[in-house]
Amino acid sequence: MRGLRGEAAIVGIAEFAPVRRPDRTWMELEAYAELARLALEDAGFTHGDVDGLMTGHVAESGGLFAPGHLTEYLGIGSHVSEVVDLGGATGAGAVLRAAMAIELGLCETALCIVHTLPRPKNPKGGGPTFRMGAWGSPMGEFDYPFGAVGQNYAYAMIANRYAYEYGLTDEQRAKVAVDQRTNAAANPKAVFRDPIDIDDVLNSPVIVDPLHMLEIVMPCFGGAAIVVTSKEKAKRAKHRPAYIIGGGENTTHLSVTYDPSFTETPIKAAADRAFAMAGVKRSEIDLASLYDCYTITVLLTLEDTGFCGKGEAGKFVEEHDLTYRGDFPMNTHGGQLSFGQAGMAGGMSHITEAYLQMTGRAGERQLRRCDTVFVHGNGGLMSEQVSLILRGE
Amino acid sequence: MPKYRSTTEPLPVPTPISQPFWDGTRQHRLLIQRCDAGHVFFYPRSHCPRCLSNRLEWVEASGKATLYSYTVARRPTSPDFEADVPFVIAVVELDEGPRMTSRLVEVDPDAVRIGMRLEVVFDDVTEEITLPYFRPAGG
Repeated sequence: MRGLRGEAAIVGIAEFAPVRRPDRTWMELEAYAELARLALEDAGFTHGDVDGLMTGHVAESGGLFAPGHLTEYLGIGSHVSEVVDLGGATGAGAVLRAAMAIELGLCETALCIVHTLPRPKNPKGGGPTFRMGAWGSPMGEFDYPFGAVGQNYAYAMIANRYAYEYGLTDEQRAKVAVDQRTNAAANPKAVFRDPIDIDDVLNSPVIVDPLHMLEIVMPCFGGAAIVVTSKEKAKRAKHRPAYIIGGGENTTHLSVTYDPSFTETPIKAAADRAFAMAGVKRSEIDLASLYDCYTITVLLTLEDTGFCGKGEAGKFVEEHDLTYRGDFPMNTHGGQLSFGQAGMAGGMSHITEAYLQMTGRAGERQLRRCDTVFVHGNGGLMSEQVSLILRGE
Repeated sequence: MPKYRSTTEPLPVPTPISQPFWDGTRQHRLLIQRCDAGHVFFYPRSHCPRCLSNRLEWVEASGKATLYSYTVARRPTSPDFEADVPFVIAVVELDEGPRMTSRLVEVDPDAVRIGMRLEVVFDDVTEEITLPYFRPAGG
Protein backbone atom coordinates (compact mmCIF):
# COMPACT_ATOMS: atom_id res chain seq x y z
CA MET A 1 0.00 0.00 0.00
CA ARG A 2 1.12 3.55 -0.64
CA GLY A 3 1.55 5.78 2.35
CA LEU A 4 4.14 7.13 4.72
CA ARG A 5 7.56 5.51 4.39
CA GLY A 6 8.60 6.48 7.89
CA GLU A 7 10.86 9.28 6.68
CA ALA A 8 9.60 11.97 9.03
CA ALA A 9 10.16 11.96 12.77
CA ILE A 10 9.21 13.72 15.94
CA VAL A 11 12.38 15.23 17.40
CA GLY A 12 11.20 17.68 20.03
CA ILE A 13 8.28 18.55 22.24
CA ALA A 14 7.13 21.20 24.67
CA GLU A 15 4.17 21.11 26.97
CA PHE A 16 2.72 23.49 29.50
CA ALA A 17 1.52 21.59 32.56
CA PRO A 18 -2.29 21.64 32.44
CA VAL A 19 -3.85 23.91 35.05
CA ARG A 20 -7.42 24.34 36.21
CA ARG A 21 -7.05 27.89 37.47
CA PRO A 22 -4.30 29.63 35.54
CA ASP A 23 -2.34 32.31 37.33
CA ARG A 24 -1.69 34.24 34.14
CA THR A 25 -3.18 34.99 30.73
CA TRP A 26 -1.72 34.66 27.25
CA MET A 27 -2.36 36.37 23.97
CA GLU A 28 -2.70 33.43 21.57
CA LEU A 29 0.16 34.54 19.31
CA GLU A 30 2.34 34.88 22.40
CA ALA A 31 1.59 31.30 23.48
CA TYR A 32 2.32 30.00 19.96
CA ALA A 33 5.69 31.74 20.05
CA GLU A 34 6.63 30.47 23.51
CA LEU A 35 5.65 26.87 22.72
CA ALA A 36 7.62 27.09 19.45
CA ARG A 37 10.68 28.36 21.30
CA LEU A 38 10.54 25.58 23.91
CA ALA A 39 9.95 22.76 21.41
CA LEU A 40 12.80 23.88 19.16
CA GLU A 41 15.05 24.04 22.20
CA ASP A 42 14.06 20.45 23.09
CA ALA A 43 14.92 19.33 19.56
CA GLY A 44 18.19 21.21 19.50
CA PHE A 45 16.92 23.06 16.45
CA THR A 46 16.77 26.77 15.77
CA HIS A 47 14.12 29.15 14.57
CA GLY A 48 15.74 29.10 11.11
CA ASP A 49 15.03 25.38 10.73
CA VAL A 50 11.26 25.82 10.66
CA ASP A 51 9.58 25.84 7.25
CA GLY A 52 6.20 24.29 7.99
CA LEU A 53 3.39 25.12 10.40
CA MET A 54 0.41 23.08 11.58
CA THR A 55 -1.65 24.81 14.25
CA GLY A 56 -5.01 25.34 15.82
CA HIS A 57 -6.97 28.54 15.33
CA VAL A 58 -5.67 31.94 16.38
CA ALA A 59 -8.11 34.13 18.30
CA GLU A 60 -6.29 37.29 17.30
CA SER A 61 -6.81 36.44 13.64
CA GLY A 62 -10.58 36.58 14.10
CA GLY A 63 -10.90 33.21 12.39
CA LEU A 64 -9.20 34.20 9.14
CA PHE A 65 -5.62 34.10 7.84
CA ALA A 66 -4.17 32.25 10.79
CA PRO A 67 -0.99 31.12 8.94
CA GLY A 68 -0.32 34.68 7.78
CA HIS A 69 -0.64 35.99 11.31
CA LEU A 70 1.56 33.21 12.67
CA THR A 71 4.40 33.28 10.14
CA GLU A 72 4.65 37.04 10.48
CA TYR A 73 4.57 36.96 14.28
CA LEU A 74 7.05 34.08 14.54
CA GLY A 75 9.25 35.44 11.78
CA ILE A 76 9.32 32.25 9.75
CA GLY A 77 8.77 31.37 6.12
CA SER A 78 6.44 28.40 5.87
CA HIS A 79 6.17 26.24 2.77
CA VAL A 80 3.17 24.34 4.13
CA SER A 81 0.73 25.96 6.55
CA GLU A 82 -2.48 24.56 7.81
CA VAL A 83 -5.01 25.20 10.52
CA VAL A 84 -5.97 21.74 11.69
CA ASP A 85 -9.56 21.60 12.89
CA LEU A 86 -10.17 18.08 14.17
CA GLY A 87 -11.19 18.71 17.78
CA GLY A 88 -9.43 16.31 20.10
CA ALA A 89 -7.73 14.70 17.10
CA THR A 90 -6.10 18.01 16.11
CA GLY A 91 -2.72 17.09 17.63
CA ALA A 92 -2.51 13.71 15.89
CA GLY A 93 -3.88 15.27 12.71
CA ALA A 94 -1.24 17.99 12.82
CA VAL A 95 1.59 15.46 13.20
CA LEU A 96 0.16 13.32 10.39
CA ARG A 97 -0.02 16.36 8.08
CA ALA A 98 3.50 17.38 9.02
CA ALA A 99 4.78 13.90 8.13
CA MET A 100 2.89 13.98 4.82
CA ALA A 101 4.32 17.36 3.86
CA ILE A 102 7.86 16.38 4.84
CA GLU A 103 7.77 13.08 2.95
CA LEU A 104 6.51 14.88 -0.14
CA GLY A 105 9.40 17.29 0.16
CA LEU A 106 7.16 20.32 0.55
CA CYS A 107 8.90 21.31 3.77
CA GLU A 108 11.60 19.88 5.99
CA THR A 109 10.78 20.88 9.57
CA ALA A 110 7.26 21.56 10.70
CA LEU A 111 6.04 22.90 14.00
CA CYS A 112 2.76 21.47 15.29
CA ILE A 113 1.31 23.70 17.99
CA VAL A 114 -2.05 23.55 19.75
CA HIS A 115 -3.09 25.36 22.90
CA THR A 116 -6.10 26.50 24.88
CA LEU A 117 -5.23 29.26 27.31
CA PRO A 118 -7.13 32.15 28.85
CA ARG A 119 -6.65 35.43 27.01
CA PRO A 120 -6.35 38.80 28.69
CA LYS A 121 -9.56 40.79 28.76
CA ASN A 122 -9.95 43.09 25.77
CA PRO A 123 -10.22 46.59 27.30
CA LYS A 124 -12.74 47.50 24.58
CA GLY A 125 -14.89 44.48 25.38
CA GLY A 126 -16.02 41.76 23.02
CA GLY A 127 -15.29 38.07 23.29
CA PRO A 128 -13.95 35.43 20.95
CA THR A 129 -15.94 34.86 17.81
CA PHE A 130 -15.83 31.06 17.82
CA ARG A 131 -19.19 29.64 18.77
CA MET A 132 -20.90 26.36 18.12
CA GLY A 133 -24.50 26.26 16.99
CA ALA A 134 -24.46 29.32 14.71
CA TRP A 135 -27.52 29.92 12.56
CA GLY A 136 -27.80 27.20 9.95
CA SER A 137 -25.70 24.74 11.95
CA PRO A 138 -27.64 21.47 11.88
CA MET A 139 -26.45 20.79 15.41
CA GLY A 140 -27.70 24.15 16.63
CA GLU A 141 -31.05 23.61 14.97
CA PHE A 142 -31.73 19.92 15.54
CA ASP A 143 -29.76 18.97 18.68
CA TYR A 144 -29.45 21.96 21.01
CA PRO A 145 -33.19 22.71 21.37
CA PHE A 146 -33.65 19.23 22.85
CA GLY A 147 -30.96 19.72 25.49
CA ALA A 148 -28.43 17.76 23.46
CA VAL A 149 -25.68 20.29 24.19
CA GLY A 150 -22.00 19.71 24.89
CA GLN A 151 -20.24 16.34 24.80
CA ASN A 152 -21.25 14.48 27.97
CA TYR A 153 -24.69 13.45 26.73
CA ALA A 154 -23.30 12.02 23.51
CA TYR A 155 -20.73 9.72 25.13
CA ALA A 156 -23.32 8.70 27.72
CA MET A 157 -25.63 7.62 24.91
CA ILE A 158 -22.77 5.70 23.31
CA ALA A 159 -22.11 3.97 26.65
CA ASN A 160 -25.76 3.02 27.03
CA ARG A 161 -25.99 1.64 23.51
CA TYR A 162 -22.76 -0.32 23.95
CA ALA A 163 -24.00 -1.83 27.22
CA TYR A 164 -27.28 -2.74 25.51
CA GLU A 165 -25.52 -4.53 22.65
CA TYR A 166 -22.57 -6.15 24.42
CA GLY A 167 -22.98 -5.74 28.17
CA LEU A 168 -20.67 -3.53 30.24
CA THR A 169 -20.53 -2.88 33.96
CA ASP A 170 -19.94 0.39 35.79
CA GLU A 171 -16.92 -1.28 37.43
CA GLN A 172 -15.36 -2.11 34.07
CA ARG A 173 -15.58 1.51 32.95
CA ALA A 174 -14.28 2.71 36.30
CA LYS A 175 -11.17 0.51 36.01
CA VAL A 176 -9.92 2.77 33.20
CA ALA A 177 -10.13 5.86 35.41
CA VAL A 178 -8.47 4.07 38.33
CA ASP A 179 -5.45 2.76 36.38
CA GLN A 180 -4.94 6.09 34.68
CA ARG A 181 -4.96 7.82 38.06
CA THR A 182 -2.20 5.45 39.19
CA ASN A 183 -0.20 6.67 36.20
CA ALA A 184 -0.93 10.30 37.00
CA ALA A 185 0.35 9.81 40.54
CA ALA A 186 3.75 9.20 38.93
CA ASN A 187 3.53 12.32 36.75
CA PRO A 188 4.38 15.62 38.44
CA LYS A 189 2.65 17.55 35.62
CA ALA A 190 -0.72 15.84 36.12
CA VAL A 191 -3.62 17.83 37.57
CA PHE A 192 -5.21 14.94 39.51
CA ARG A 193 -2.65 12.82 41.37
CA ASP A 194 -4.43 11.42 44.43
CA PRO A 195 -4.99 7.66 44.02
CA ILE A 196 -8.60 6.53 43.57
CA ASP A 197 -10.30 3.15 43.58
CA ILE A 198 -13.34 1.78 41.80
CA ASP A 199 -15.67 2.79 44.63
CA ASP A 200 -14.43 6.38 44.45
CA VAL A 201 -15.42 6.48 40.79
CA LEU A 202 -18.81 4.88 41.36
CA ASN A 203 -19.53 7.08 44.38
CA SER A 204 -18.85 10.25 42.41
CA PRO A 205 -22.09 11.85 41.19
CA VAL A 206 -23.75 10.63 38.01
CA ILE A 207 -23.66 13.53 35.56
CA VAL A 208 -25.37 11.87 32.61
CA ASP A 209 -26.45 8.24 32.95
CA PRO A 210 -24.36 6.11 33.18
CA LEU A 211 -21.26 8.33 33.42
CA HIS A 212 -19.94 9.47 36.80
CA MET A 213 -17.97 12.62 37.42
CA LEU A 214 -14.66 10.74 37.64
CA GLU A 215 -15.28 9.18 34.21
CA ILE A 216 -15.46 12.59 32.55
CA VAL A 217 -12.55 14.89 31.68
CA MET A 218 -12.14 18.07 33.64
CA PRO A 219 -11.46 20.91 31.21
CA CYS A 220 -8.35 22.90 31.99
CA PHE A 221 -5.80 25.12 30.28
CA GLY A 222 -2.53 24.29 28.61
CA GLY A 223 -0.77 23.79 25.33
CA ALA A 224 1.89 21.79 23.56
CA ALA A 225 4.19 21.88 20.56
CA ILE A 226 5.82 19.10 18.56
CA VAL A 227 8.72 19.41 16.10
CA VAL A 228 8.54 17.05 13.12
CA THR A 229 11.44 16.85 10.69
CA SER A 230 12.99 14.84 7.87
CA LYS A 231 15.10 11.73 8.39
CA GLU A 232 18.22 13.65 7.36
CA LYS A 233 17.71 16.45 9.85
CA ALA A 234 16.46 14.06 12.55
CA LYS A 235 20.01 12.69 12.77
CA ARG A 236 21.21 15.87 14.42
CA ALA A 237 18.36 16.13 16.94
CA LYS A 238 19.17 16.11 20.66
CA HIS A 239 16.99 13.12 21.41
CA ARG A 240 16.10 9.84 19.74
CA PRO A 241 13.81 10.48 16.76
CA ALA A 242 10.35 8.90 16.78
CA TYR A 243 9.56 8.05 13.17
CA ILE A 244 5.96 8.32 12.02
CA ILE A 245 5.59 4.99 10.26
CA GLY A 246 1.82 4.80 9.98
CA GLY A 247 -1.14 7.10 9.96
CA GLY A 248 -4.86 6.91 9.31
CA GLU A 249 -7.74 9.31 9.54
CA ASN A 250 -11.51 9.08 9.36
CA THR A 251 -14.28 11.63 9.86
CA THR A 252 -17.90 10.72 9.26
CA HIS A 253 -20.18 13.07 11.19
CA LEU A 254 -20.36 15.75 13.85
CA SER A 255 -23.57 15.20 15.82
CA VAL A 256 -23.50 11.81 17.50
CA THR A 257 -27.04 11.18 16.23
CA TYR A 258 -25.60 10.73 12.75
CA ASP A 259 -22.67 8.54 13.82
CA PRO A 260 -23.22 5.55 11.52
CA SER A 261 -22.91 3.18 14.48
CA PHE A 262 -22.46 3.94 18.18
CA THR A 263 -20.69 0.62 18.77
CA GLU A 264 -18.62 0.01 15.63
CA THR A 265 -17.10 3.42 15.56
CA PRO A 266 -15.28 5.46 12.91
CA ILE A 267 -12.11 4.76 14.94
CA LYS A 268 -11.68 1.40 13.21
CA ALA A 269 -11.05 2.71 9.71
CA ALA A 270 -8.40 5.15 10.96
CA ALA A 271 -6.58 2.56 13.08
CA ASP A 272 -6.69 -0.20 10.44
CA ARG A 273 -5.14 2.14 7.89
CA ALA A 274 -2.37 3.13 10.28
CA PHE A 275 -1.48 -0.45 11.21
CA ALA A 276 -1.58 -1.64 7.59
CA MET A 277 0.62 1.27 6.50
CA ALA A 278 3.16 0.65 9.24
CA GLY A 279 3.17 -3.12 8.81
CA VAL A 280 3.06 -3.39 12.59
CA LYS A 281 1.18 -5.97 14.64
CA ARG A 282 -0.85 -4.98 17.70
CA SER A 283 1.40 -7.19 19.80
CA GLU A 284 4.42 -5.04 18.88
CA ILE A 285 2.99 -1.96 20.59
CA ASP A 286 4.85 -0.98 23.78
CA LEU A 287 2.53 1.87 24.74
CA ALA A 288 -1.07 2.61 23.78
CA SER A 289 -1.75 6.34 23.96
CA LEU A 290 -5.50 6.49 23.46
CA TYR A 291 -7.69 9.56 23.51
CA ASP A 292 -9.71 9.48 26.69
CA CYS A 293 -12.37 12.15 27.01
CA TYR A 294 -14.48 9.57 28.90
CA THR A 295 -13.92 6.05 30.16
CA ILE A 296 -16.26 4.69 27.49
CA THR A 297 -14.14 6.30 24.76
CA VAL A 298 -11.13 4.25 25.86
CA LEU A 299 -13.11 1.00 25.90
CA LEU A 300 -14.42 1.54 22.38
CA THR A 301 -10.97 2.62 21.19
CA LEU A 302 -9.38 -0.56 22.57
CA GLU A 303 -11.84 -2.60 20.53
CA ASP A 304 -11.91 -0.65 17.32
CA THR A 305 -8.13 -0.27 17.15
CA GLY A 306 -7.90 -4.04 17.41
CA PHE A 307 -6.28 -4.53 20.83
CA CYS A 308 -9.22 -6.74 21.74
CA GLY A 309 -12.27 -8.12 19.98
CA LYS A 310 -15.68 -6.50 19.63
CA GLY A 311 -17.57 -6.71 22.90
CA GLU A 312 -14.45 -7.69 24.86
CA ALA A 313 -13.18 -4.33 26.12
CA GLY A 314 -14.78 -4.62 29.55
CA LYS A 315 -13.13 -7.97 30.16
CA PHE A 316 -9.86 -6.72 28.63
CA VAL A 317 -9.47 -3.84 31.10
CA GLU A 318 -10.38 -6.12 34.00
CA GLU A 319 -7.75 -8.65 32.99
CA HIS A 320 -4.94 -6.22 32.23
CA ASP A 321 -2.97 -3.79 34.36
CA LEU A 322 -3.08 -0.59 32.33
CA THR A 323 -0.51 1.25 34.43
CA TYR A 324 3.13 1.94 33.60
CA ARG A 325 3.97 -1.08 35.77
CA GLY A 326 1.44 -3.27 33.99
CA ASP A 327 1.23 -5.75 31.14
CA PHE A 328 -0.61 -3.29 28.86
CA PRO A 329 0.72 0.21 29.52
CA MET A 330 -1.85 2.75 28.42
CA ASN A 331 -1.96 6.53 28.84
CA THR A 332 1.03 6.46 31.15
CA HIS A 333 0.82 10.23 31.68
CA GLY A 334 -2.53 9.71 33.37
CA GLY A 335 -4.60 10.35 30.27
CA GLN A 336 -6.72 13.43 30.01
CA LEU A 337 -8.93 12.04 32.77
CA SER A 338 -6.13 12.60 35.29
CA PHE A 339 -3.41 14.56 33.49
CA GLY A 340 -6.03 17.14 32.50
CA GLN A 341 -7.66 18.07 29.21
CA ALA A 342 -6.17 21.33 28.02
CA GLY A 343 -8.95 22.08 25.56
CA MET A 344 -7.90 21.41 21.97
CA ALA A 345 -4.40 20.58 23.21
CA GLY A 346 -5.70 17.62 25.22
CA GLY A 347 -4.96 15.28 22.34
CA MET A 348 -1.37 16.59 22.14
CA SER A 349 -0.63 15.02 25.52
CA HIS A 350 -0.96 11.50 24.11
CA ILE A 351 1.83 12.32 21.64
CA THR A 352 4.10 14.25 24.00
CA GLU A 353 3.88 11.35 26.47
CA ALA A 354 4.75 8.91 23.70
CA TYR A 355 7.85 10.95 22.89
CA LEU A 356 8.89 11.26 26.54
CA GLN A 357 8.59 7.49 26.92
CA MET A 358 10.45 6.79 23.67
CA THR A 359 13.30 9.07 24.72
CA GLY A 360 13.58 7.69 28.25
CA ARG A 361 12.44 10.89 29.91
CA ALA A 362 9.25 9.74 31.64
CA GLY A 363 10.76 9.68 35.12
CA GLU A 364 9.11 7.42 37.68
CA ARG A 365 6.63 6.11 35.11
CA GLN A 366 9.29 5.29 32.50
CA LEU A 367 8.59 2.02 30.66
CA ARG A 368 11.46 -0.45 30.51
CA ARG A 369 11.08 -0.68 26.78
CA CYS A 370 9.29 1.83 24.57
CA ASP A 371 10.15 1.56 20.89
CA THR A 372 6.77 1.34 19.18
CA VAL A 373 3.78 3.44 20.20
CA PHE A 374 0.21 3.61 18.99
CA VAL A 375 -1.45 7.00 19.37
CA HIS A 376 -5.12 7.67 18.75
CA GLY A 377 -6.90 11.02 18.70
CA ASN A 378 -10.67 11.43 18.80
CA GLY A 379 -12.52 14.66 18.17
CA GLY A 380 -16.02 16.01 18.64
CA LEU A 381 -18.75 13.49 19.34
CA MET A 382 -16.79 10.41 18.26
CA SER A 383 -16.44 12.24 14.95
CA GLU A 384 -12.83 12.97 13.97
CA GLN A 385 -10.43 10.03 14.24
CA VAL A 386 -6.66 10.04 13.70
CA SER A 387 -4.27 7.15 14.42
CA LEU A 388 -0.47 7.33 14.40
CA ILE A 389 2.19 4.68 14.80
CA LEU A 390 5.57 5.89 16.03
CA ARG A 391 8.79 3.93 16.08
CA GLY A 392 12.14 4.74 17.59
CA GLU A 393 15.28 3.42 15.94
CA MET B 1 -46.11 28.04 26.29
CA PRO B 2 -44.02 24.89 26.29
CA LYS B 3 -45.55 21.84 27.86
CA TYR B 4 -42.46 19.71 28.32
CA ARG B 5 -39.74 22.19 29.17
CA SER B 6 -39.34 25.10 31.51
CA THR B 7 -37.87 27.66 29.11
CA THR B 8 -38.29 28.47 25.47
CA GLU B 9 -34.55 28.85 24.80
CA PRO B 10 -32.66 27.63 22.89
CA LEU B 11 -35.07 27.45 19.97
CA PRO B 12 -34.33 26.42 16.41
CA VAL B 13 -34.03 29.30 13.96
CA PRO B 14 -35.32 27.95 10.64
CA THR B 15 -33.36 28.44 7.44
CA PRO B 16 -34.74 28.50 3.88
CA ILE B 17 -33.76 24.80 3.72
CA SER B 18 -35.44 23.74 6.95
CA GLN B 19 -38.51 26.00 6.97
CA PRO B 20 -40.85 23.34 5.51
CA PHE B 21 -39.94 20.98 8.36
CA TRP B 22 -40.86 23.57 11.00
CA ASP B 23 -44.02 24.50 9.05
CA GLY B 24 -44.84 20.80 9.31
CA THR B 25 -44.32 20.49 13.06
CA ARG B 26 -46.49 23.58 13.57
CA GLN B 27 -49.28 21.57 11.91
CA HIS B 28 -48.28 18.56 14.07
CA ARG B 29 -46.90 16.70 11.08
CA LEU B 30 -43.42 15.16 11.06
CA LEU B 31 -41.88 15.74 7.63
CA ILE B 32 -38.76 14.07 6.30
CA GLN B 33 -37.20 14.16 2.86
CA ARG B 34 -36.91 11.64 0.05
CA CYS B 35 -34.71 11.93 -3.04
CA ASP B 36 -35.52 10.66 -6.54
CA ALA B 37 -33.47 7.53 -5.84
CA GLY B 38 -35.76 6.73 -2.92
CA HIS B 39 -33.32 7.59 -0.12
CA VAL B 40 -35.12 8.92 2.93
CA PHE B 41 -33.27 11.18 5.36
CA PHE B 42 -33.35 13.64 8.24
CA TYR B 43 -32.32 16.48 9.08
CA PRO B 44 -33.47 18.80 6.29
CA ARG B 45 -30.88 19.29 3.57
CA SER B 46 -30.54 20.72 0.10
CA HIS B 47 -29.01 17.47 -1.21
CA CYS B 48 -29.42 13.79 -0.37
CA PRO B 49 -26.58 12.63 1.93
CA ARG B 50 -26.47 9.24 0.23
CA CYS B 51 -26.25 10.33 -3.43
CA LEU B 52 -26.18 14.15 -3.53
CA SER B 53 -29.33 14.25 -5.61
CA ASN B 54 -31.00 17.64 -5.44
CA ARG B 55 -34.36 16.31 -6.59
CA LEU B 56 -36.06 16.01 -3.23
CA GLU B 57 -39.59 15.85 -1.92
CA TRP B 58 -41.08 16.14 1.56
CA VAL B 59 -42.93 13.13 2.87
CA GLU B 60 -44.86 12.73 6.09
CA ALA B 61 -43.34 10.27 8.54
CA SER B 62 -45.57 7.94 10.56
CA GLY B 63 -44.25 9.37 13.83
CA LYS B 64 -43.50 5.84 15.01
CA ALA B 65 -39.98 5.16 16.17
CA THR B 66 -37.69 2.88 18.18
CA LEU B 67 -35.32 4.13 20.86
CA TYR B 68 -31.72 3.75 19.58
CA SER B 69 -30.08 5.24 22.68
CA TYR B 70 -30.64 7.75 25.44
CA THR B 71 -29.21 9.32 28.52
CA VAL B 72 -30.76 10.86 31.59
CA ALA B 73 -29.27 14.28 32.20
CA ARG B 74 -28.94 14.44 36.00
CA ARG B 75 -27.15 17.78 35.69
CA PRO B 76 -28.18 20.42 33.18
CA THR B 77 -26.38 20.11 29.84
CA SER B 78 -26.51 23.90 29.60
CA PRO B 79 -27.90 26.63 31.87
CA ASP B 80 -31.05 26.80 29.69
CA PHE B 81 -32.04 23.37 30.94
CA GLU B 82 -31.32 23.87 34.64
CA ALA B 83 -34.95 23.57 35.72
CA ASP B 84 -35.60 20.52 33.53
CA VAL B 85 -33.31 17.97 35.19
CA PRO B 86 -33.60 15.08 35.23
CA PHE B 87 -34.63 14.83 31.59
CA VAL B 88 -34.16 12.19 28.92
CA ILE B 89 -32.16 13.02 25.79
CA ALA B 90 -32.79 10.48 23.07
CA VAL B 91 -31.71 9.33 19.65
CA VAL B 92 -34.71 7.72 18.00
CA GLU B 93 -34.84 5.68 14.84
CA LEU B 94 -37.94 6.53 12.81
CA ASP B 95 -39.75 3.57 11.28
CA GLU B 96 -38.88 5.12 7.90
CA GLY B 97 -35.16 4.73 8.77
CA PRO B 98 -33.58 8.07 9.66
CA ARG B 99 -32.43 8.94 13.16
CA MET B 100 -33.41 12.10 15.05
CA THR B 101 -32.28 13.77 18.25
CA SER B 102 -35.18 14.40 20.61
CA ARG B 103 -36.39 14.16 24.17
CA LEU B 104 -38.51 11.45 25.74
CA VAL B 105 -41.51 12.75 27.64
CA GLU B 106 -44.37 11.22 29.64
CA VAL B 107 -42.04 8.49 30.90
CA ASP B 108 -40.23 7.77 34.16
CA PRO B 109 -36.50 8.19 33.35
CA ASP B 110 -35.76 4.95 35.18
CA ALA B 111 -38.23 3.04 33.01
CA VAL B 112 -36.59 3.99 29.72
CA ARG B 113 -35.21 1.02 27.75
CA ILE B 114 -33.30 0.96 24.49
CA GLY B 115 -35.44 -0.68 21.82
CA MET B 116 -38.72 0.60 23.28
CA ARG B 117 -41.40 1.67 20.82
CA LEU B 118 -42.16 5.39 20.65
CA GLU B 119 -44.54 7.84 19.06
CA VAL B 120 -44.11 11.50 18.26
CA VAL B 121 -45.79 14.15 20.37
CA PHE B 122 -45.74 17.83 19.50
CA ASP B 123 -45.02 20.70 21.87
CA ASP B 124 -46.06 24.16 20.72
CA VAL B 125 -43.24 26.06 22.39
CA THR B 126 -43.97 29.41 20.70
CA GLU B 127 -46.29 30.58 17.96
CA GLU B 128 -43.59 29.88 15.38
CA ILE B 129 -41.88 26.82 16.76
CA THR B 130 -43.29 23.41 17.64
CA LEU B 131 -40.77 20.81 18.81
CA PRO B 132 -41.25 17.09 18.11
CA TYR B 133 -40.71 14.94 21.21
CA PHE B 134 -41.34 11.24 21.69
CA ARG B 135 -43.23 9.22 24.29
CA PRO B 136 -43.81 5.49 24.76
CA ALA B 137 -46.10 4.21 22.00
CA GLY B 138 -49.73 3.86 22.99
CA GLY B 139 -49.09 6.05 26.04
